[in-house]
Amino acid sequence: MNELSQTLSQPSVASVSWFDFAKRHRAILASIFVLVFPLVMPFTALAVNILIYGLYALGFNLLFGYLGLLSFGHAALFGTGSYLCGIAIVHFGLPWYLAIVVGIVGGAVMAAAIGALAIRTRGIYFAMVTMALSQCVFYLFYQAVDWTGGENGLRGINVRTIDVLGFKFDFINPLTRYYVVAVFVIMALFMLSRILASPFGAVIEAIRENEARARASGYDVTRTRLITFILSGAFCGLAGALMALHLSIVPIEILHIETSGMVVMMSLLGGMGTFFGPFVGAAVFLLLENLVSIWTVHWQLIVGAVFVVCVLFFPAGIWGTILKWVNK
Amino acid sequence: MSFDLIALQLFTGLALGAIYVLFAIGLSLIFGMLTVVNFAHGAFYMVGAYVGLFLLSLGGNFWLCLIAVPLIVGTVGLVVERFLIRPLYGRGIDYPLLLTFGLSYVMVELIRIAFGKSGYPFDTPEILQGAVNIGVGYFPLYRLFVIGIAAAVLLGLWLFLERTSFGLIIRAGARDPQIVRVLGVNVSRVWLFVFGIGSGIAALAGLLAAPLQGVIPEMGATILAEAFVVTVVGGMGSIGGAVIAGLLVGVVVSMTSLFAPEMAKVSIFALMAVVLLVRPQGFFGRAGLMS
Amino acid sequence: MAKKTTGSISRRRLLTTASAGAVLAASPFRINLLQAQEATIKVGFPVPLTGPYGTEAQDQVRAAEVAIAEFNEAGGLNGRKAELLVRDDKLNPGEAATRTLELIEKEKVNFIVGSLSASVQLAVNNVTKERKIIYNSISQSDEINEVKDFSKYTFHEALTPHLTAGAVGRYAFPKFGKKVAFLTADYAYGHEMVRGFQEAGKAFGVESLVDIRHPLGTTDFSALLPRIQALKPDILVISNFGRDQQIALKQATDFGMKKSMKIVAPILLYTGRIAAGAQAFEGVIGGTSYYWGIEDKVASAKAFNDRFRKMHGGKVPSDYGALGYAGVKTLLMGAKAAGTTDTDKVIEAVEALKYDYYKGPEYYRKCDHQAVQSVLIIESKSKPEKGDADVFNVLATEEPSEKNLRTCEALGHKS
Repeated sequence: MNELSQTLSQPSVASVSWFDFAKRHRAILASIFVLVFPLVMPFTALAVNILIYGLYALGFNLLFGYLGLLSFGHAALFGTGSYLCGIAIVHFGLPWYLAIVVGIVGGAVMAAAIGALAIRTRGIYFAMVTMALSQCVFYLFYQAVDWTGGENGLRGINVRTIDVLGFKFDFINPLTRYYVVAVFVIMALFMLSRILASPFGAVIEAIRENEARARASGYDVTRTRLITFILSGAFCGLAGALMALHLSIVPIEILHIETSGMVVMMSLLGGMGTFFGPFVGAAVFLLLENLVSIWTVHWQLIVGAVFVVCVLFFPAGIWGTILKWVNK
Repeated sequence: MSFDLIALQLFTGLALGAIYVLFAIGLSLIFGMLTVVNFAHGAFYMVGAYVGLFLLSLGGNFWLCLIAVPLIVGTVGLVVERFLIRPLYGRGIDYPLLLTFGLSYVMVELIRIAFGKSGYPFDTPEILQGAVNIGVGYFPLYRLFVIGIAAAVLLGLWLFLERTSFGLIIRAGARDPQIVRVLGVNVSRVWLFVFGIGSGIAALAGLLAAPLQGVIPEMGATILAEAFVVTVVGGMGSIGGAVIAGLLVGVVVSMTSLFAPEMAKVSIFALMAVVLLVRPQGFFGRAGLMS
Repeated sequence: MAKKTTGSISRRRLLTTASAGAVLAASPFRINLLQAQEATIKVGFPVPLTGPYGTEAQDQVRAAEVAIAEFNEAGGLNGRKAELLVRDDKLNPGEAATRTLELIEKEKVNFIVGSLSASVQLAVNNVTKERKIIYNSISQSDEINEVKDFSKYTFHEALTPHLTAGAVGRYAFPKFGKKVAFLTADYAYGHEMVRGFQEAGKAFGVESLVDIRHPLGTTDFSALLPRIQALKPDILVISNFGRDQQIALKQATDFGMKKSMKIVAPILLYTGRIAAGAQAFEGVIGGTSYYWGIEDKVASAKAFNDRFRKMHGGKVPSDYGALGYAGVKTLLMGAKAAGTTDTDKVIEAVEALKYDYYKGPEYYRKCDHQAVQSVLIIESKSKPEKGDADVFNVLATEEPSEKNLRTCEALGHKS
């Protein structure tokens, strides 16, 4: 319905159909972009970071952008995925693909636990409760030194080769590492796209737009929220697991409050509630930080200022503003 | 573990709590009136300590700083509200939060550029050095002074809010800005001043904390997270709640330090989680304010 | 490109040139550029330029520049010049790992030297050992020497907490008494220092009254101090680092604790003492790897200080800064001795070095590549006498000896 009315109100049919095409096949277009991406980046490890943080932001945006719940504790989900993946490899010697599954499940279970406690609160309270609970998660992992390495972080997540169907890939090679990570990120993109296009996705947006009406229409709002939170946790858990494999370590900083704040910044910078916004935000944020920190040690000044300007003048974020402009 | 030691620890907790109270009260005031969650509050706290440091280096004394620092930083607060936060009213609660989040980065970095990265010592004023016997043992004089100042500021604030017509407008504006506006009061001016007062008190807290821990650009970040706990436990927007929760958090930290020092930091977050589960709006929060 | 390593260049310029390099390397011209650069020896240098240890990190860069300049002036390695690639690790292991990957994968560095905190060095080490790149750590840790993290590509130029804590203990216990209380940062580094004290204390019959562990980043110790005071120890050992240490000393002074007990710390930082002021540190005894004031007695220290002053506007090097010098210097001298940058040959050459670059004789122990070196016992002055940099008295020097280190067996090594 929505798309139909949009098409009707647009005079320029050509550009709209192009845009519609892009929108319908957004996951495919994104995949093509992801393939050539590392070739234009300053260095490959940064490109991998952008993919992973982009996925993390995507998972966060499912909750923030589509459901309208601002969480300040998403580091707990990202970090749990990362730690559990790492622990599976270091302490249990699991193969890499099972470790990734452990990371995804870990993120989802942590989300279920935090969600069960926090999901009933609203607005700013939700942000505060998630923040407090994620602080508790931080100390949990911090104190479990035998498992996590505590302050020193978890080391030794050394995956040298990735073997798929008899093919062996050298995971030490930066480009191979990038494409392995990219495969998972692309799969996640498709999944997310499907979820949002499904009836469940429609319920999510209905709740954001008008909770009372959604409730009146017979939808179980609390349950939908919790399920979305768990889905968000699974995506963030996958991102965390990939991070552990990429860096071969899990630093305790991954559970810091800054890691939670960073994903909020990324989503907002890119444009919350848009499909690719968080990804764009992650890319711009990390590139900006990378470039500015080479140029000056005072990179936080620039990053902070850009952020303030974005909030004041581009509340829709970079991608959101582009979309608006294209839609005109 | 003797009774004296526990009593002394209680005092320590109160002094610690006094700083939390001063910090959280501004946070709570700003939230209660403006519904702005001020993530830059820690930065104002830090700037307060640095302004004090700067005034001292110019030859000012500590007593003068106690007056000048809140005024100077409060003025900065006025500017921030007027030009950065005011355009965001009516756009939902997330935007001011995110803006102040970015602003805190900028403020911290500006201080790093002006004063360097590694921080400075901040000597306790001569006449407040040393410890006095308070019946259960020796206690640093300066910490007693901090408790005293916090009490004085609270009393002043209470008198201001309860006994002046401007205070009346503030309280009314917090309850229903629409009605106050209809009555012909310039609400935006009230909000401007509330933000100024809040940041001024935060700066005062920073100045008072400086002789206890020295000053570094990152000093606001730690206390911010802890102060959120204070405001949430006390009830967002409730001044009385901030006072009681601030002292409570101070005492909880101090007591866990005595019995299980490793848990000192996590204890306040655990406290918050428990309070929220039992009473989601905090001690004195109004239910439904946040929905 | 060789100009990069001349004396007067600032870190900022270095970073700018590095970024220009980054832009170039991403462009189609990268092939030509790579060929042109093949001759230089690249030393990657990730240190926390931003964050609370920015001052120390900056000093590490300055000192490393001295090592590079000296190497190049002496003709390099058969004419091959060395180049320092500074990166900001932001005191974050994740960022450090990313930066290390960049240095290895894109810049193709020959060696990595750097880091300032234990967690960052372990992260860098994990990345380098997987890729068989020599890494010289210039930050304290016991763990990096243990068999779990160690690899033959790992060198450790900095002191270990075990060594410095032991040295301070061996100095302090006979002089000030046997009843000891500990105030310890609750993480591996803090625990390692306490273990060092307690093992050194066995020989003196030391009695541990209490070991109070505080969370990292504590800003208020007032809740912990009365308990220590009530136990009336002879010595209070404060085993923490950086700002934690500065605040703990400041508050212990406020509580009047210096009157009834001697306060010692396993490690006192020059930069930390400057930042926290004389009042808090007055009379505190601790250990350090280096203090510029030894130049009256040690010739190599004099030469190093003079060179540093000349290059950096009359400043003196700090302890952690000097490690940056030694860390880079040993690898370059190893390459020179080996006559090549081939990894295995350089490792052998560095293992064989007996060097005195800035503080007296040193060498790397075979089993864990730990630099066997002296520890200085210093006391903080109440007032600087000869300029602002005059902050410590050197009370004693513990000469280098393998028996003060943890044994190879204790670390899990075979030999």
